[in-house]
Amino acid sequence: MTSDVSARISALSEVPAALANPGSVADSPAAAETGPPTDAPTDAPPDAPTDEQLLAARLVPLRRPGQWISAGVLLVLAAMLVHTLVTNHRFEWPAVRGYFFEHSILHGLELTIWLTAAVLATGYLLGTGLAAARLSSNPILKTLSFGFVWLIRSVPMLVQLLFWYELASLYPRLSFGIPFGPEFASVKTAHLFSGILAAYVALSLDVAAFSAEIIRGGILSVPAGQVEAAQALGLGRGRIFRRIVLPQAMPAIVPASGNLLIGMLKATSIVSVIAVQDLLYSAQLIYNENFQIIPLLLVATLWYIILTTLLSIGQYFVERRYARGSNRRRQEFRELFRRNLPLFGRPAVPATPGAPTTGPLS
Amino acid sequence: MTAAAKPLVRIRGLRKSYGAHLVLDGVDLDVAEGSVTVLLGPSGSGKSTLLRCVNHLERPDAGFVEVAGEIVGYRHQAGRLHELPAREVTRQRAQVGMVFQQFNLFPHLTVIENLVEAPVAVRGITRPHAVDRGRELLGRVGLAGRENAYPRELSGGQQQRVAIARALAMEPRLLLFDEPTSALDPELVGEVLAVIRDLAGTGMTMIVVTHEIGFAREVADTAVFLDAGRIVESGAPADVLENPRNERAQAFLSAVL
Repeated sequence: MTSDVSARISALSEVPAALANPGSVADSPAAAETGPPTDAPTDAPPDAPTDEQLLAARLVPLRRPGQWISAGVLLVLAAMLVHTLVTNHRFEWPAVRGYFFEHSILHGLELTIWLTAAVLATGYLLGTGLAAARLSSNPILKTLSFGFVWLIRSVPMLVQLLFWYELASLYPRLSFGIPFGPEFASVKTAHLFSGILAAYVALSLDVAAFSAEIIRGGILSVPAGQVEAAQALGLGRGRIFRRIVLPQAMPAIVPASGNLLIGMLKATSIVSVIAVQDLLYSAQLIYNENFQIIPLLLVATLWYIILTTLLSIGQYFVERRYARGSNRRRQEFRELFRRNLPLFGRPAVPATPGAPTTGPLS
Repeated sequence: MTAAAKPLVRIRGLRKSYGAHLVLDGVDLDVAEGSVTVLLGPSGSGKSTLLRCVNHLERPDAGFVEVAGEIVGYRHQAGRLHELPAREVTRQRAQVGMVFQQFNLFPHLTVIENLVEAPVAVRGITRPHAVDRGRELLGRVGLAGRENAYPRELSGGQQQRVAIARALAMEPRLLLFDEPTSALDPELVGEVLAVIRDLAGTGMTMIVVTHEIGFAREVADTAVFLDAGRIVESGAPADVLENPRNERAQAFLSAVL
């Protein structure tokens, strides 16, 4: 921003000087060579600049005082936020520090991480299958896939979670056997569907339904000509999907999946209602005893922020991997910050109109 | 090309409609091995659909296409035509190359990866061998040294020449061209036609849908004129192009010439 200001100041000082003394430009050797501007219209106002003056004039970008004012307001608000975080002793930062690495918190964190990982892995596997089924020419698979996605997306996640947790009250025993025929094995539902398994099943099905739509959308974004060209070359269906369609669908799939992934990381905290000790529930257990509600919620929040930041960085690298051959300029990692947090540094290259200004962190 | 030799492509009674719209209305056509056949006609006359039936990108409603003695997409048994499983159709397609109007190069793969993908996956050729062969083909279409470019870094004419090299990499017995120069700027048309002309010189069997009348006259052995899903004119290019008997063909040719 300093270069902007200096350019503006020098422009202000230069232009009036040239206007005040037009003879100085006409007297210069270059002007003498081309002769006086005889072709200038005679009915022009007397203070109209000559062509030489216009050519010598420096370009002054449009001033945007609104940006300066809003930047100032934002800085004041940010300072207020920092100030209150530091000075309001009720945040109890020493307590936050004390509980940050508490054993039960770390234990909960571990459960949150692996539950998220397991749910996403299972969900995306199912979701890919559902998307393939929906896009297949098989009417039965299509209907099944549509019906599943419709049902799961319609039911609130909390209800699904409670349903699987309470499955025992609906079906006290689950058995494995031939329908309407003999049973081979049976198990008490309450034993099978512990809180953690109910959470795993409910959340996995939820991810499956939403990821199916994301993957389907990505596949539909690949032009039909790509599949035809691959078919004409004699490539098999599996190979066409893996080598031709999926890599081209990924740029559409990854950003939406980043949302789903981060959403699911935080949505796992819903399992606290069925007493599964994830990150949030571990914090709740502690503040239920000592009533230090705010510091413990801050501990959980800070951990969620750390995990989300790591995931966003991972998303950036995945997006870059799949930008091969596309017209988007490859972003340097530093550029990620410049583009998304421009208040903290000017972009190396001015953003062109029409260029995507949103990045992975936005 | 003796008169007694069986044609490489035999099309009989081919019909195809999209809903109520009849696109192909009983087409019969023979293409001799080593010959160049040009399909002409106004847009919507069924040229592209006919071409796409030859490698089963479209499924005909009636009639059949035979390539190298095999019925495309079907197996004849006890008075019925049974649809072939995907694997068999894939095997049949591997011997028929196709070049599209919009090139359809794989944008996420480099030029050489575009050329190597199918020979390695389908023909089971080793990668180094396929790369060598790909380089040779790029030289043949005048693009030696561009193997590591991505398609979007090339001009339209260069992309179409890569697409031709990609089709040739499968060593097809038959090449299909679906308006190969229609998406190109006028000054780039010549370089693509030159490559196709060279191919004709090597004895490659080709079916070309095109609006380039001059090219058709110079290169084609047979010119076929379609209108409303029927072949209305067929024969030596000089006859079809200069003395069309059909009214529709006369009107069309006088408009484009």
